[in-house]
Amino acid sequence: MTTTPNSEVSLGMPQLPAPDYPADVRARLETDAKEVIARYPDSRSALLPLLHLTQSEDGHVTRTGVRFCAEMLGLTTAEVTAVSTFYSMYRRKPSGDYQVGVCTNTLCAVMGGDAIFDELKQHLGVGNNETTEDGKVTLEHIECNAACDFAPVVMVNWEFFDNQTVESAKQLVDDLRAGEQVTPTRGAPLCTYKETARILAGFPDERPGAVDATGGAGPASLIGLKLAKGEAIPARTPAPRADRAPRDTPPQPGSEHLSSHDAPQQTAPSDPANPTGPVAEEGK
Amino acid sequence: MTTAPEMSDTGPEKLLSPVLSAFWDQPDAWTLETYRRHEGYEGLRKALAMTPDDLIAYVKDSGLRGRGGAGFPTGMKWQFIPQGDGKPHYLVVNADESEPGTCKDIPLLFANPHSLIEGMIIACYAIRSSHAFIYLRGEVVPVLRRLHEAVREAYEAGYLGKDILGSGIDLDITVHAGAGAYICGEETALLDSLEGRRGQPRLRPPFPAVAGLYACPTVVNNVESIASVPAILNRGKDWFKSMGSEKSAGFTLYSLSGHVASPGQYEAPLGITLRQLLDMGGGMRPGHRLKFWTPGGSSTPMFTDEHLDVPLDYEGVGAAGSMLGTKALQCFDETTCVVRAVTRWTEFYAHESCGKCTPCREGTYWLVQLLRDIEAGKGVPSDLDKLNDIADNINGKSFCALGDGAAAPIFSSLKYFREEYEQHITGKGCPFDPAKSTLWADQNAHLEVNA
Repeated sequence: MTTTPNSEVSLGMPQLPAPDYPADVRARLETDAKEVIARYPDSRSALLPLLHLTQSEDGHVTRTGVRFCAEMLGLTTAEVTAVSTFYSMYRRKPSGDYQVGVCTNTLCAVMGGDAIFDELKQHLGVGNNETTEDGKVTLEHIECNAACDFAPVVMVNWEFFDNQTVESAKQLVDDLRAGEQVTPTRGAPLCTYKETARILAGFPDERPGAVDATGGAGPASLIGLKLAKGEAIPARTPAPRADRAPRDTPPQPGSEHLSSHDAPQQTAPSDPANPTGPVAEEGK
Repeated sequence: MTTAPEMSDTGPEKLLSPVLSAFWDQPDAWTLETYRRHEGYEGLRKALAMTPDDLIAYVKDSGLRGRGGAGFPTGMKWQFIPQGDGKPHYLVVNADESEPGTCKDIPLLFANPHSLIEGMIIACYAIRSSHAFIYLRGEVVPVLRRLHEAVREAYEAGYLGKDILGSGIDLDITVHAGAGAYICGEETALLDSLEGRRGQPRLRPPFPAVAGLYACPTVVNNVESIASVPAILNRGKDWFKSMGSEKSAGFTLYSLSGHVASPGQYEAPLGITLRQLLDMGGGMRPGHRLKFWTPGGSSTPMFTDEHLDVPLDYEGVGAAGSMLGTKALQCFDETTCVVRAVTRWTEFYAHESCGKCTPCREGTYWLVQLLRDIEAGKGVPSDLDKLNDIADNINGKSFCALGDGAAAPIFSSLKYFREEYEQHITGKGCPFDPAKSTLWADQNAHLEVNA
């Protein structure tokens, strides 16, 4: 579609304005955008959904997408960019068809999320927020995704993969890369990142059975209800898919300090290559 | 805490009170048809038979308090909306559930979205609003699908749109997906985000009840608060008040997670204790004991095994030095390093600080630097007082409650586990093995024995 110049700091000419979408794409997106805008009393409220909409076209927030949002809403591209860079779901660079997020907030991390994330980095040969060479999988660590009773949790394109283990998570990414149809523990059979972004823009998932998929509630959600009804409660649900990946050795969770990857995105002051931390006693 | 379940005077059948979760085990639990089969939209009929002012008074009398953390009386929030002011009024439902440990609204919306829709119609009738919004965090697409479908069903059945059930009232609901920002759970940041801006909190006053969405009178309520309203109308405020205590009335969802035998959702009257919940669910995982836990998410000061009998209601938890918060009971056993847990939470707050105010933005950054050093065995003894001092400079001095939340794990962990911090410093490293804390740790131990 459009290419974002991956330029570093440039001191020469300012960037030229982004190119527009091709006319047919523009016409299609405009129709969608007008429908989104009509849902709100004030057009600017449509900005977050419109950014999702541009991701459904481009897979990440491009300069062309920013320009499109700005033109639809009567904003400047600076105003749109200021918003798009605030939120973690807007990707800033081309990324994979499947966004694999491993929860490494405290509870999931302790329950195994750190080990899963470390192992997936090794297995895929990518770091945080990087994409496999085949363009299939973008790996990132995510914050609490409101599924702590299913810890450790992995999200793929924002569908739930509950009670994961190192093995099940590796099998999961292998299946994604092999192009197999993957079904989450809670949620609909996976669609691509772009298709997911369209749902986020507010366009219901039209696939038959998508709303019904995986039933009413996950097993953990039903624990209290079963107890209240005097029913037996199941033992903790084993990780789904784990049986498909026999392994000889038990997982070896990372031995280094496991919090160190959970840093804010790099900015000048948080760049580890530029330590500004309290390295000396005060007064020295 | 022992793992042996003690026999309570009353069993789970008596202690628990599933209302919102009562039919989550039904096939197609999320559909309008299932909801109607379980007295769905009956509360709405009763509400529409009252005048809006009487309805507000009724909800106020029921004693329903906010389930999103702060515990503000729901009916009072509605009452603050000025009437006859000629401006549009808005209801905004806060479904941005992101507080670490909190996992109640997402399963509720996944399995029973119509309880929220019905509650929203009742609330909008009360505050005279004809347009309501659900601000759902973006990272939960399965829930977004079901909200889209539930709203569609409600329009089709005449519960939304023009002249609802022949009452002459109009209401539209817009489902709005966020884009990833914990701070948008703060109600004024949520409003800015819903207006298409960066999600940064606003100065109050003016409060949202006076100048909220588009500077119009706005009620912002948590999902569970609004979803509880239909049952109160349908079964009566006296039924509701028969549960819980005078100041903490009714039922609520407790979310048990971590090193427990049976993590999950437990709907019970306010005031149940963690001991009671653990006893019915089989205690901690076999062979382990409770070390520390949060009563309502990571922003509420942590408790230890001394606090197993604290009544989990607004007053009980407050009196014990913490907050009921979102009733997110994250339980950690003796294999868990407190310093690691607090470091990770602090990294979360630093990541999610919106950057608007200095104490939070800078304070959380420096807390992370200190904590990482301590966890890695590179800390010095004076770091502990420095941690406390920085947390003190964030707490109560930040623009919004995110700062207070960031300080809570620091203060409380230093209070209960200062020795463990000191061990990291004197021992120049972490004495814990993270492999022992995982979900599969004990399975592996078992395998190794057999190997």
